[in-house]
Amino acid sequence: MDIVLFLLFAGVAVVCALNLVIQKHPIASALSLIGVMAALAAIYLQLGGEFIAAAQLVVYAGAIMVLFVFVIMLLNEGKERKAKRLLWVSIGGLPLLFVFVALIHFMITHLLPASENVQFGGFTDGTAAAIGTKLFTAYLLPFEVTSVLILIAIVGAIVLARKEVD
Amino acid sequence: MPYIVLSVIKLLIVVLILMHVLAYLQWVERKVIAHVQLRVGPRRVGPHGLLQPLADVIKLVTKEGMLPSHVNTPFYFLAPFIAVLFALIPMCLIPYGGDITVFGIHTTMQVTDVSVGVLLVFGLSGMGVYGVALAGWASNNKYSLMGGLRSSAQMISYELPMAMAIAAPLLILNTLSFRHMVDGQAGFYFGFIPKWTIFQGPIPQIFSFILFMIAAFAETNRVPFDLPEAENELVAGFHTEYSSMTFAAFFMAEYANMITVSCIATLLFLGGWHPLWPAAYGSSFLAPVIFAASGLVCFSHGLRPARPLDRITLPVFGVLFLGLAALFLIPAGQQILIPLFWFGAKTGFILFVFIWVRATLPRFRYDQLMGFAWTFMFPVALINLFVTALGVALS
Repeated sequence: MDIVLFLLFAGVAVVCALNLVIQKHPIASALSLIGVMAALAAIYLQLGGEFIAAAQLVVYAGAIMVLFVFVIMLLNEGKERKAKRLLWVSIGGLPLLFVFVALIHFMITHLLPASENVQFGGFTDGTAAAIGTKLFTAYLLPFEVTSVLILIAIVGAIVLARKEVD
Repeated sequence: MPYIVLSVIKLLIVVLILMHVLAYLQWVERKVIAHVQLRVGPRRVGPHGLLQPLADVIKLVTKEGMLPSHVNTPFYFLAPFIAVLFALIPMCLIPYGGDITVFGIHTTMQVTDVSVGVLLVFGLSGMGVYGVALAGWASNNKYSLMGGLRSSAQMISYELPMAMAIAAPLLILNTLSFRHMVDGQAGFYFGFIPKWTIFQGPIPQIFSFILFMIAAFAETNRVPFDLPEAENELVAGFHTEYSSMTFAAFFMAEYANMITVSCIATLLFLGGWHPLWPAAYGSSFLAPVIFAASGLVCFSHGLRPARPLDRITLPVFGVLFLGLAALFLIPAGQQILIPLFWFGAKTGFILFVFIWVRATLPRFRYDQLMGFAWTFMFPVALINLFVTALGVALS
């Protein structure tokens, strides 16, 4: 059952990710990205990361992508204009892709320390309480630093959006 | 019994009841608004218009669906599907009652219990905005686009105060699972004041409840915040170009969202399925008394029929009501029906408030709507959260 559901959602995620790149229309690409995020949320939920799954849905699929779609609709962008491919891209693209995949495969199999395979139901520290405890004890400094980072981003956005007063 | 069979059975029951509630909610809305405005409302189809929802459904299903030539077809059809999907999924996560034992099988009155239930419901219903926004954009019509854009902006803005209004009672209840949330509201102060979050110490969450309800009106696009479909400005807003079943889909999504929000308000603030006063003072007998009285009223009217058919129909309904009252008194029925009655009564009251407000208040102006969210709701929700946090920390 677990493996069937995993393959289903993983398949959805991969198909949506491919669709995101292939589609010419920005709205279609944005919707595919939402599909990827929703499928990832389902996989997190399966692996026991309940809080991460909900956060993924609320923050990425629900909030950030709404802004993307909102902007695309506001600009009312049509289909992408197609530029001619560069010569070296059309010749070297496919071999480079294989090199890239091989590199990633090498890194996963050789460079990472040998660890046990992930099991469904093997991870139980994904509850909101467990993550909250970790966040405010072991990872307090990164957490606070991130909040400062977000504050800087907000100030930056306000400075950029401010109307010039003569 | 295997988990999957049990889940499918529960899902079927929930869907069956939900679809009827959705259809009849619209009848209730038309009736209530009619009586507020001193009209009688629908009463042609069936007694008191009770078969009107059925007639409406038949009309919407059999009507020809128009496909305007200028729309972006795939997205045009995807939009109502998304709207309905994300309006109905949250229903699986909502508990309608406590633990029950039916035919020797112990189970809960909930399709599935997730430990982060409230977050998941919030996330899923947040996805509903795509349906509205996409419908507005794919219709390729300036009124629809304006409606879709207004709706996205409004939903994003009001999600913030809504999340903060939810966070305050969660601090007191100290859980994200709906089931534990309701368990945390069991019991009574001094034996008669219920420990619902709106009454519970250290800080009664009455302000959170009001903020949540205001944000809920905006999230469900209801009057006074129904700017995405403001008739006198935008024709019908985002669903201008939709007809027959695709139109019905948006209609259904709006009512399903209303029910979800009312259920969440009941679970978070009004103690879920816990009664208003203790069972020791006879709160379990309120439901049977109401149903028995309804049955007797039916019988007394059946004896003096206004129309010839009433001589048959009213006694039949009388027997049905009395049978229901009897079900409330036997232990097997009691464990299911009494929690369900209290949950339904509270949710129904909130739904009534939704309709009541629609009959009472005029619509906001768009700049007032956004200003209200960011300059009033947001700071007040923030202060409310801080005060609650302080109260919880000190107690």
